[in-house]
Amino acid sequence: MREDRRPPALEVDRLLDDPRTRIIVCCGSGGVGKTTTAAALGLRAAERGRHAVVLTVDPARRLAQSMGLSSLDNTPRPVPGSAAKAAGGSLHAMMLDMKRTFDEIVEAHAEPDRAAQLLANPFYQSLSSSFAGTQEYMAMEKLGQLRRADEWDLIVVDTPPSRSALDFLDAPQRLGRFLDGRLIRLLTAPTKAGGRAYLRVFTAGFTMVTGVITKVIGVQLLRDVQAFVIALDTMFGGFRERAEDTYRLLQAPGTAFLVIATPEPDALREASYFVERLSADQMPLAGLVVNRVHRSAAPQLSAARSMAAAEALQTARPRAAAVPRHPLTATALRLHAERMQLAEREHRLEESFTAANPVIPLVEVPAQPEDVHDLEGLRAVGGELARGVRLS
Amino acid sequence: MSSRDTDWEGVRLHVVTGKGGTGKTTVAGALAIALAYGGRRVLLIEVEGRQGIARLFDSPPLPYKERRVAVAPSTPTLPGGDVYALAADPEAALIEYLEMFYNLRHAGTALTKLGVVDFATTIAPGLRDVLLTGKAVELARRRTGGRQHYDAVIMDAPPTGRIGKFLNVATEISGLAKVGPIRGHADTVQSFIKSPQTAVHFVTVLEEMPVQETLDGMAELRGLAQGGLQLGGIMINMVRPEELTEDQLQAAAAGTLDEHELDLGLKDAGIEDRRGLASSLAAELTEHAREALAQRAERDRLTKERQPQYELPLITSQMDLAGLYQLAAALREQGAA
Repeated sequence: MREDRRPPALEVDRLLDDPRTRIIVCCGSGGVGKTTTAAALGLRAAERGRHAVVLTVDPARRLAQSMGLSSLDNTPRPVPGSAAKAAGGSLHAMMLDMKRTFDEIVEAHAEPDRAAQLLANPFYQSLSSSFAGTQEYMAMEKLGQLRRADEWDLIVVDTPPSRSALDFLDAPQRLGRFLDGRLIRLLTAPTKAGGRAYLRVFTAGFTMVTGVITKVIGVQLLRDVQAFVIALDTMFGGFRERAEDTYRLLQAPGTAFLVIATPEPDALREASYFVERLSADQMPLAGLVVNRVHRSAAPQLSAARSMAAAEALQTARPRAAAVPRHPLTATALRLHAERMQLAEREHRLEESFTAANPVIPLVEVPAQPEDVHDLEGLRAVGGELARGVRLS
Repeated sequence: MSSRDTDWEGVRLHVVTGKGGTGKTTVAGALAIALAYGGRRVLLIEVEGRQGIARLFDSPPLPYKERRVAVAPSTPTLPGGDVYALAADPEAALIEYLEMFYNLRHAGTALTKLGVVDFATTIAPGLRDVLLTGKAVELARRRTGGRQHYDAVIMDAPPTGRIGKFLNVATEISGLAKVGPIRGHADTVQSFIKSPQTAVHFVTVLEEMPVQETLDGMAELRGLAQGGLQLGGIMINMVRPEELTEDQLQAAAAGTLDEHELDLGLKDAGIEDRRGLASSLAAELTEHAREALAQRAERDRLTKERQPQYELPLITSQMDLAGLYQLAAALREQGAA
């Protein structure tokens, strides 16, 4: 009966080999191995003949080095050492520089002097380097750029390390809404010609609002914001539009979302939220990747039997000293029992996910004893992803 | 009151940070329980709106109001203590703040409806952090009836990648008001955070990326520390005990275990169907040994930091209140509380 409840296996190679797959977005909560998964998928796709580019946001140093990314220069660089060429493919990778990406949008859309004015504005500088949501917005922006450039036939994106996986979807629109918002215009209205007439409508209430905002954030920042808005005038509308364009790109056929999790309650809960959200927004979900799954090479020996056997060895023989027999075997049996218990717990957690989402394809990647930090390691992860073992 | 020597005597605000997935919230909760022993009242505060504390203590979502979530039991030598929790929210903190300094409570409520609060915290991201750290500092300094209201405040802080910015209130606020009450408020917050009354603890697990983030985060805070920001302990979470002797460990890691000896043991233990079992178990031992060696290498990197280290065992069952008390006990045994 259990057989019936098993979710379909996620066929990674089919996804990677399908020329219609143009974008793969790896999302999930922090610390679940999104970057490694994205890099492994990019490498595997390239070595199977795709022209792939991996867009990462915040890779661990050694992982970045493994892909030949030594600096954050916002341009896709070829990854040395892959076997992509032999397969007729290629592999590039880049690290997102969110400030640089933002600057490029400004430079592309404003007259040179106005752009210079904007780039020098203190408010712009803090917005482009530390605004919550800027990283997500710029990741989407970069994704849109790479897609439009059409130099690669597959883009694998690793989403920013947000508080919640949903931030990747929400933050860009939030930033777009904010920059195009009514309030920011109202607030800056007095400095524009005709602003006063506008203001009269709001009368005392509005004066109080500006009064409080001034008290809280200070006159200088308010002036910077006003200068920023004026300089940005021609670009207004542009921000929200761009965010919405990219959002539509994510809904388009050719995009595949992979939700990444580990077999832990928090990570799987986030994964569930994300899956619900993708389905509500009609975004194409390819499947769930469960990283760091513990399996046993000897599932036939249950935890209980293994523990009992270990205890049998521990029990000293009547005439012998109280030294356990076969200490190595006893340790091996105890460790095996623990591993079987862990595997069982992980299995139950996964089942609570699949019970709620029975048709979502799933693949498990076994826990690696050491961290991945070279192409060989990424290749091994790619192999596990493609093997498609699940809920053993 | 106990007079045990602990490593963080005199610290009133414990800031707990760590990379995502290292169990930061769990460790903050365990530290809160550990600090509550001996008739103390402690407050656990969360700042990211995730309701992680409520889940940890199996309680309904926390409001912006202190609520008791757990007790530290009394022991034969020590009276029990109380753990309170609070979910800090920048909007509520801003309204409170407007009331405190400008008598603007009603205005504040109206502004919330207009979305102005959201707006202000959006255009000035530093403001959000100041409001949250400000709330924690206010609670840590609060006095009632001539004594400290809370003996300690533990903050489940943002992750390591953002902690420097989060705590560096003075710089963050410099683009904001340069004079007036908010400036004064920020200065008070900053001087408390940079005083010996605040310590920043790092939670990590013995894996490369979290350890690297811990090292980077500590270096960043040291860079900010001209004013004396105090680094706290390194809390190494989910440590797996090493089960093998050194010889066995090396042999297992090298893949040269005596499978015949393993098989004899299995036979002796009364396992009948042993086909392939010895080599499967040997493979599991090899993995265990490689993990253990990788853990050691990461622990060595952390030890170079010369900050106090505390090791928290991997709880192999589902994390629950019992597990939390077990971690609290480990922190107390090692002198963290």
